[in-house]
Amino acid sequence: MGYQASFRVWRGDVTGGQLHDFTVPVNEGEVVLDIIHRLQATQAPDLAVRWNCKAGKCGSCSAEVNGMPRLMCMTRMSTFDQAETITVTPMRTFPVMRDLVTDVSFNYTKAREIQSFAPPADLAPGEYRMRQVDVERSQEFRKCIECFLCQNTCHAIRDHEDNKQSFAGPRFLMRIAELDMHPLDTADRQRAAQEEHGLGLCNITKCCTEVCPEHIKITDNALIPLKERVVDRKYDPLVWLGNKILRR
Amino acid sequence: MATGTLPPRPSSGTGTRSPGRAQIAARTLRTDSWRKAPTLTVVLLSGWVLYAVISTATQSAYFVKDYHYLSPFSSPCVTASCDPAARDFGAWFGHFPPLLPFAIVVLPLLLSFRLTCYYYRKAYYRAFWQSPPACAVAEPHGRYSGETRWPLILQNSHRYFFYAAVLISVINTYDAILAFHGRDGGFGIGLGTVIMLVNVVLLWAYTLSCHSCRHITGGRLRHFSKHPVRYWVWTQVSKLNARHMQLAWTTLGTLMFTDAYIALVSAGVLGDLRFFH
Amino acid sequence: MTTQIERHEYDVVVVGAGGAGLRAAIEAAEAGKRTAVISKSLFGKAHTVMAEGGIAAAMGNVNSADSWQVHFRDTMRGGKFLNNWRMAELHAQEAPQRVWELETYGALFDRTKDGTISQRNFGGHEYPRLAHVGDRTGLELIRTLQQKIVSLQQEDFAAHGDHEARLRVFAECTITELLLDTSAGATDVPTIAGAFGYRRETGDFLLFAAPAVILATGGIGKSFTVTSNSWEYTGDGHALALRAGASLINMEFIQFHPTGMVWPPSVKGVLVTESVRGDGGVLRNSEGTRFMFDYVPEVFRAQYADTEAEADRWYADQVDNKRPPELLPRDEVARAINAEVKAGRGSPHGGVFLDVSTRLPAAEIMRRLPSMHHQFKELADVDITAEPMEVGPTCHYVMGGVEVDPDTAQSRVPGLFAAGEVAGGMHGSNRLGGNSLSDLLVFGRRAGAGAAAYVDALGDDRPTITEADAEQASAAAVGPFERPDGESPYALHQELQQTMNDLVGIIRRADEIEQALHRLADLRKRAERVGARGGRHYHPGWHLALDLRNMLTVSECVAMAALERTESRGGHTRDDHPGMDTEWRQYLLTCVLRDGEVTITKQQQPPMRPDLLDLFEKAELAKYLTEPELTGHRKPGAGGGGTAAAAGTPEGHN
Repeated sequence: MGYQASFRVWRGDVTGGQLHDFTVPVNEGEVVLDIIHRLQATQAPDLAVRWNCKAGKCGSCSAEVNGMPRLMCMTRMSTFDQAETITVTPMRTFPVMRDLVTDVSFNYTKAREIQSFAPPADLAPGEYRMRQVDVERSQEFRKCIECFLCQNTCHAIRDHEDNKQSFAGPRFLMRIAELDMHPLDTADRQRAAQEEHGLGLCNITKCCTEVCPEHIKITDNALIPLKERVVDRKYDPLVWLGNKILRR
Repeated sequence: MATGTLPPRPSSGTGTRSPGRAQIAARTLRTDSWRKAPTLTVVLLSGWVLYAVISTATQSAYFVKDYHYLSPFSSPCVTASCDPAARDFGAWFGHFPPLLPFAIVVLPLLLSFRLTCYYYRKAYYRAFWQSPPACAVAEPHGRYSGETRWPLILQNSHRYFFYAAVLISVINTYDAILAFHGRDGGFGIGLGTVIMLVNVVLLWAYTLSCHSCRHITGGRLRHFSKHPVRYWVWTQVSKLNARHMQLAWTTLGTLMFTDAYIALVSAGVLGDLRFFH
Repeated sequence: MTTQIERHEYDVVVVGAGGAGLRAAIEAAEAGKRTAVISKSLFGKAHTVMAEGGIAAAMGNVNSADSWQVHFRDTMRGGKFLNNWRMAELHAQEAPQRVWELETYGALFDRTKDGTISQRNFGGHEYPRLAHVGDRTGLELIRTLQQKIVSLQQEDFAAHGDHEARLRVFAECTITELLLDTSAGATDVPTIAGAFGYRRETGDFLLFAAPAVILATGGIGKSFTVTSNSWEYTGDGHALALRAGASLINMEFIQFHPTGMVWPPSVKGVLVTESVRGDGGVLRNSEGTRFMFDYVPEVFRAQYADTEAEADRWYADQVDNKRPPELLPRDEVARAINAEVKAGRGSPHGGVFLDVSTRLPAAEIMRRLPSMHHQFKELADVDITAEPMEVGPTCHYVMGGVEVDPDTAQSRVPGLFAAGEVAGGMHGSNRLGGNSLSDLLVFGRRAGAGAAAYVDALGDDRPTITEADAEQASAAAVGPFERPDGESPYALHQELQQTMNDLVGIIRRADEIEQALHRLADLRKRAERVGARGGRHYHPGWHLALDLRNMLTVSECVAMAALERTESRGGHTRDDHPGMDTEWRQYLLTCVLRDGEVTITKQQQPPMRPDLLDLFEKAELAKYLTEPELTGHRKPGAGGGGTAAAAGTPEGHN
C-alpha cells in the first residue's frame, strides 16, 4: 500500500528561504499533515508547522499545497498521483515566521476593529427568544473555523499589501454580515461595512468561497447580501425616499 | 537535501513578494490547469458579443411573419423600420439608419443587467481583467481599488437593471405568447414556438435568480419569522440563486439559439417544424 | 544563548485559552483585575472547539420536568458517586445561567419552536438537556467567548486608547514553571508569585509577576497513542500544579470515549460525537447484532430498554419508554465495544459499526450531524448517510485533576486556581457527555471570581518573584539545547504513548501497571537527556522536549493511582478487581510531589449533605454507599422523582 512520495517543502524565515526536496514514505489513508509530521519525526526535527486538531475543526494547519490554499489535515494523499511532486509552502499573504508558519496577527487586528454584538439593553439572560429561521443565516457564518484561508487567497490583500489597512477581508466582512443578520443585534453596521471595513474592495471573484474548508458560501450568502444592504443605505434613492416617508 | 532551485531575490516587491512574506518567486505554484476557465470565458463571451452585434446590426431576418416569431434581440420592435406586423407596441421612432439595432430601447438595459450581474462580474473580472485570473494566482496590476471608485462603483446599480429586466421579461413572455400563431392567423404551434417558450422560461429563471432579487424579496429582512410569505419566496429564489451561474450561461445560449433559429427560418434556409397549424 | 526575559505584571494570569480559561479571564477582567491569558496555540484554536454534542444545563426548555436536582442526580450516577458533591451541586445549579449568558455574548444556539434554546438527549442525562449548535457546539462556545473578550478589549480601547490595557491574550506562549514566594510572612505557606514561559515564535522567555494564577490547561490525552486530544494536551497544568505544591485527585480515572474513528490510521482516535447515538445511531457488531442490550449493568437496569422495539420507541416518546442502551454512560459503552472486539466480533479495522444511515433520512442526518458527515467524507471517504461508521474507544478526558475548593476553585497553594478539565472532583469516576462544556463555564467563572477576590484580599501585600527562581526556570528551559546530540523527543514520546495505551489503558491489571511504572522510571531518566538542535524560533522538537517532562510526571500519577485502587469504577477498570466496592467509594487517591517523587495517599471523601442524599431513593444509594453512610438519608422511600427536588436548596435556577 505504501509508497515513496516526492515532497518540496518551503523552509526559511523572514530573511529568506527556499523549497527543499524530500523523499518520504506515505501509507494508505494519510493526509499531507501526516507526511509533514513524518518529516519532522525522521528528517527535519525543527521543521515548523502549526497544527492542533487534525480533524478540520480548529483551522490551524493552513498552508498552500501545490499552490492552492488548503488545510493540510484535510488534504488526502490519495488525491495526488503517486508520481507527482507535492509542493507545500506557507500562506503567501501573511508575513512568514518560520517554514510553514505565518504571522496571522493581521486577522486578530481586523477582528478587533469590528464592532461587537450589541444586545438589546432591556433583555436579561434567559429571556432571549429567537426563531430557528431567524438564526440560520448567521449560524452558517459561525461555522467559520478561522483558518484564514479566505483571507489568504483574497487578491485584494494577497496581491496588494497596501490594501491591508483598509480591508477587513472576507472572514471579517462575513462577521459583519453575521451580526447584521443576527435577530437581536441593535447596532447599525451597514455604512461601516463600506466606509470602514472596505466592502467595496471586494470584487466578488469568489476565491474565498472556493477555498473555504467549511464550505461556507461566503460570497453568495454573506458578501453579496451585505453589498445589497449597503446599496439600501448608500446608493438606492428609492429606499432612501421610502424610509423618509415611512418614518414620518 | 536542499536543491535551491529558486534564486534569491530582493524582498522589496509587491503582492506576494512584499517584504516579510515567504520569499517565493513563482507567480503561482498551482499545477492544475487554472488557465482553462478564464480562457473559456473569454472565448465564449467574446463569441457571443460578436454574434449579437452582427445579428442586430444587420437589421434583417429578425421576424417570421407567418408564425409571428420575433427574435428577442429585436424585441420590442418599435421603429418605423420594423416589419409592421412585428410592431406589437407601435412605432415610437422613425426609420433607423443602418447598423442601429431595432431593440435599441431595451438592449442597453439588458446588457447593463448582465454587465452588473454578480456572476458576470466575477467572470469578466477574472477572465478579461485578470483580477485575479484564478485563485492564488497573482494578478498583473500594481494597484487595486475594487468597486470603490468610478466607474466600478456603478455596479451598485444592479437592482435597477433588475427591475428593467423584469419588464423586459414580460415583453419576452408576450412575444412567446404571440408565437402561438398559425399560418392561417389562428392558433398554432411550431418548433419556433417551443424554442421561444423555453428561452423565455429560462430568462425568467435567470432574472429571478438574481442576487438583487434575492435581497429585495426577503434577504433584506432581519426577521424571517415575521414575514412568512416573503421568507417562502426568499427560499425559492435562494434555490434558483444557487444556479445563477449555470442560468447565466444557459440563457446566453438560448438567446443566441432562438435568434439564430428565427433568422434561419426567416431567411428561408430552414422550414419551421409545425406541430399544429 | 540569550537569556533576555520579557517581563509583565498582572493581577491574574490565566494559563489556557479554552472554555474555562476564557470564561475565567472574562470574570476576572469584569471584576476590574488586569488579566493575561496565556494561550498555547493561536487564540480561538483551543481544544474546546472539538466538543461536539452540547452544553448540559437543566433549563427545561424541551422537557419542563427537568431541574438542577435531576441534573445533579444524573451527574452523581454517571460519576458512580465519587464526585465532589458540592461541585456537582454548583454545576447543576449554575449551568443554565452560564448558558443564557452566552446568548448575551452573541452565541446562536439551535432553537425550539417557541424560540428558546433547543436541548438534545445525551448519554446518562434523564431529559433532553444539551444546548447545542448542530454538532459544533464547542466551536460556538470558544468563538463566543473569544468575541466577548474582543468586546471587553474594545471597551478598554474606548476608555484607555489601548485594546490590551487591561486584558491581553498572549497567543502561542507556553508556561513551563510557576514561581512561588516562599518568604510569605503570616502563613508560612509558599504562595503563587508568578509564572515563567516562552513564546513559540521566537523562543524568547516571558516572566509574569502575578499574585493569582488560574490553571485552565485541559487534559493529558497526548500521553496515549489513541486519543481524541490535540498536541496541546500534555498535562501542563497538572504538572505545574504538582511542582508548585498542589495536589491532584482521581488521576486513575480516564475516560475512553466509546466512539473514536478507527480508520484511516492517521486519524485514529478522532472523535465521533455521542450525538450520533443521541439522535438514533446504533452500535452493531460484525454479526449485525445490537450488542449493547447484553451490556446493561445491574445499577442501570431500571432506566434502560430491554428490547430493540422499546428502545426505538423512545426516540419519539421518552415518557413511556426506557432509553436505548447505546446511551449508557461512556465507560459502559467503551467497555462493551472493547469486549466485542476482543471476542472477535469487530469490524475490519478493529472497531464496531455505528450506523445512523438506516435510522434517519439522509437530509435529517445532514441537518443534525453536518460536521460528522463532513469529517467522515473528507477524512475516511465514508458517506455516513449511506453506510455505517467504524468506531472504537479513544482516550478522551481525564476526570482527575487539581484538588480545588468547590466554591472558589483555589488549590492547596494560595493564589493557584484551577478550572475545567485540569481540575478534579466534579465528574467523579466518569464524566457525562455535555457536562464538560458546562463545567468549563461554571467553574471558569468561579475561578475568575475566586482569583479576583483573592487578589482583593491581598491588598498591596503582594508576593514577589526571586531572580534566582527566574534564572533557574530559564536554565531548565534551555536545557535541551545543551545536549545537541541527545535523544529525539519524538521517539521517547512514542514510547510513552505506547506504554500508557497498552499497560494503563482501558482495561488494567496490577502486573501490567507495575511494568508500566518500570518503563516510566526508565523513560524519565532518558527524558533528562533529550536534546534539541538549532535555534529557538518555532522549534517543535524543543517544545516537545519540554512538554515530555509534564507528560511523564502526570503519567506516573495515573499509573500509581491505578495500581492503588483495587476496584473497577467509571473510567478505571481493573481486570483483576472487576467489581465496584462501596468501601473504596469513601476514598480519593491524592497525588503530590514529595522531593520530586510522585507520591500517592488515600484521602477520605467528605460525606454528602443530607438534603442532597435525600434526592435519591435509599435503594439506589445502597448500591454505592456503605451502611453507615446511609444513615444520613432522612426520607426512606422518598425521592427519585421531580417532587423530591423541593428538598434541595432552592437557590438554583431551573
